Amino acid sequence: MPASLTELATSGDRWTMADLAAWDEKIRVLVDDFGLDCFEQEFEVCDHEQMIGYMAYHGMPAHYPHWSFGKSFERQKTLYNLQLSGLPYEMVINSDPSVAYLMRGNSLCLQILTMAHVYGHNDFFKNNFTFRHTEPKGLLNRVKLHSNRVRDYMTDPSIGLEQVEPVLDACHSLSLQISRNPSVKRLNRGELEARLFKELTKADKPDERAFATALEQPLLEDEEDLLRLLLEHAPDLSDWERDLIGIARADALYFLPQIETKVINEGWASFWHHQIMHALKLPHDIHMEFMVRHHQVIRPTPGDINPYHLGFMTWRKIAKEALGLEDKHDDGGPLPLLGDAAKGVRELMLQIREVDRDTSFLRRFLDEKLARELDIFEYAAQPSGDLVVTNVADQSGWREVKQTLLAQVGMGSMPIIKATKIDVKHGHRLTLSHEADDRELEPENAKQTLKHLYTLWRRPVTLETKVDGKDVAYECDEDGFSVLD
Amino acid sequence: MSQPRAIFRQYQAQESLRSDRSAGDRARHRQKVRKAIRENVADIVAEQPIIGRAGDTIIKISVRGIKEYRFIYGNAKGAGQGDGDTEQGQVVQKGKHKAEGKGGEGGDEEGVDYYETEIMLDELIEIMFEDLELPDMERRKMRETLSERTLKRAGVQRAGNPATLDKKKTLKTLIKRRVAGGTIDADEPSSVRRDDLRYRRRKPKIRHESNAAILCIMDTSGSMDNTKKYLARSFFFLLYQFVRARYRSVEVVFIAHHTEAKEVTEHEFFHKGESGGTKISAGYKKAQEIIAARYHPKIWNLYAFHGSDGDNFHDDNDEMLKCAQELADVCNLFGYGEIKTWGNGLIEVLEKNLKAENFKAVRIDSKEDVWPAFQSLLSKERIRRAVREQGDADAS
Repeated sequence: MPASLTELATSGDRWTMADLAAWDEKIRVLVDDFGLDCFEQEFEVCDHEQMIGYMAYHGMPAHYPHWSFGKSFERQKTLYNLQLSGLPYEMVINSDPSVAYLMRGNSLCLQILTMAHVYGHNDFFKNNFTFRHTEPKGLLNRVKLHSNRVRDYMTDPSIGLEQVEPVLDACHSLSLQISRNPSVKRLNRGELEARLFKELTKADKPDERAFATALEQPLLEDEEDLLRLLLEHAPDLSDWERDLIGIARADALYFLPQIETKVINEGWASFWHHQIMHALKLPHDIHMEFMVRHHQVIRPTPGDINPYHLGFMTWRKIAKEALGLEDKHDDGGPLPLLGDAAKGVRELMLQIREVDRDTSFLRRFLDEKLARELDIFEYAAQPSGDLVVTNVADQSGWREVKQTLLAQVGMGSMPIIKATKIDVKHGHRLTLSHEADDRELEPENAKQTLKHLYTLWRRPVTLETKVDGKDVAYECDEDGFSVLD
Repeated sequence: MSQPRAIFRQYQAQESLRSDRSAGDRARHRQKVRKAIRENVADIVAEQPIIGRAGDTIIKISVRGIKEYRFIYGNAKGAGQGDGDTEQGQVVQKGKHKAEGKGGEGGDEEGVDYYETEIMLDELIEIMFEDLELPDMERRKMRETLSERTLKRAGVQRAGNPATLDKKKTLKTLIKRRVAGGTIDADEPSSVRRDDLRYRRRKPKIRHESNAAILCIMDTSGSMDNTKKYLARSFFFLLYQFVRARYRSVEVVFIAHHTEAKEVTEHEFFHKGESGGTKISAGYKKAQEIIAARYHPKIWNLYAFHGSDGDNFHDDNDEMLKCAQELADVCNLFGYGEIKTWGNGLIEVLEKNLKAENFKAVRIDSKEDVWPAFQSLLSKERIRRAVREQGDADAS
């Protein structure tokens, strides 16, 4: 490896592998000085075609095959060819060692910026609590093993692609119906029975008969992890189907923390690349390019929420307040976070990055002043179809705006649907219940997803939800889909 | 330093070429798109201009059915960010609100139900043939150009394809050169130089009788809906393919009529609907006008086909028959297709009263009828040809 560092990465590039290594050296000194705690880092130089591939497979080219990745690839490629989307500057995999890709067509400035940004993510992956269960050490091997098993089923003459695909389609449509907090311990059978017994005991008199009847049905602990529900209770799945469900579920569990920490994680990485890039004492031209690139990433997307911008600004607010820096002394430049004087502030920030995810992070730190500064608003669809601003972040409205924002970050954007009952005595009917807030399910998606669930449950399925404020049950059985008012 | 040195892996061009791991998934996705197209081919063909366009034309089409579904929220309420002075009541987005579904990395966010893709016209035609259940052999016939394209010799040229090397002329040139240079008697064996090479030159021979014109006439009154247009277009398209395969150059004319007729573009032909009554004679008269002005029957092989749902002003029937007779007299083949008959239809009237063996009326009620109807039209072409050849033989 070191020998090749002196060579040009490819002729015509404006940087060499040695340049990258030299800048990495300087970045790592700052990473240490700022107190970040990272996995070992690997950088791989790739071309844009490979980058599109990595993006389509969430950074893992060894991932098991499915047509949806092909679709994602085609879409990325079309966007790239039409130059509608520049490719992202970074693609990091949450593994140990951490793997990140650098696109060879990028300028030296972009490579330095990407590396600085990647160390921020790396630190976050290693330390944030939501990533604790992801077992980053074996990730790449696990993905590879899963991929091999899926390929085996696809080529097995008694199974084949035609059978594997519908199972994966169904798994993918259900995979984000998952327990939002995997670290909460589940009750075992004995504890579930004890809890049931306690519920059925009134005035110190246990209702033995009700208890016995209840035990004839499977005990469900408000199951919102629908793939696990299938694994544990689906009446007739074959072994390979169970295995596929388990594989798809492992994938979802891997993505869950990324979804839950989009704002705080991108904000963290952006905050630190900003600090590091300023501390690097870049040559003038690189510094100017950095300023342009930085503002391309950290700028509001009108009408939408840019997690980079929201996260970056929130982290900056936390740091400024901890430093006691007043707004009038803030020029938007780097904050004085190096040295012993700022040790307390750094430790506070490191602690927050460990214990928060998007919802708690924003709930704790998004106040009226910041909401106003970011011009966050709430919109709703009107009968005409127009989206109209219904609340802005002023004194009277900012709390509601914040609530709406909190409801859409992380897994908040996914409806909570819980399995409430499996009626073993009546054809194994599965009943699900949508925990409705003021948001309702999109009907076509609900219908198609319920059909997917039915292909795996293979017994009647009912979903209780609300349409226009009224209770409605969607049903799916051997006669197809129907809606009961 | 506690952060260990990073490992850098250099770009490997071979790696990029060798391992395209997404190829399989892309192919599978493509298959699914094709399947979705096949299921919607009637709508697509009815909407796309396909007659008279080159096979490698890329067309953009919307397909349904390869969307990934999840449980998502429907009523669009959400938080957004403004540019600093957002006010209550301001419209963020006009018109239909986008479907919600921001899932983050794992969730595949797509607002629209439709997926737009690009396809080559040839591919689409192939799918249409599959849809019409065209037998394989016929499909091939449709694609092969059996045109009477010939070449005639037109001297020699200095550059060309090795297969057209004219050895005799080349040697002559060589000898001339050596005579001129005085080396003709020298002992050393003669060697051919590049300057000596001569190739046969050919020019395409233009035969005027290999031209054909197709006159597409269609009733564009309001009752012609998308399904009818698909059927009509499939039929016109088959006719176009058939004629194109037999003649070197083919021109297509589109005539739309209700009570009046006018020449239109293909797009207008299939997309513009008019209301009001129908006078078929107007369409036939327009066709004759165009023939008189541009396509002399001596030079052009004329194919006329009229698509209609059979609703005509009763008063017009005599006039229509007269014009149809005149049209049949100048055309190689004149077809009338009645698509999803309205009322009694005109097939009987035409068949009974028209004295022309090159006329054929067909009924098309569904896409299954398109191919048999077309075949029965072609059987007329075969008869006509046989009669013509017989006539030619008699004359000589």
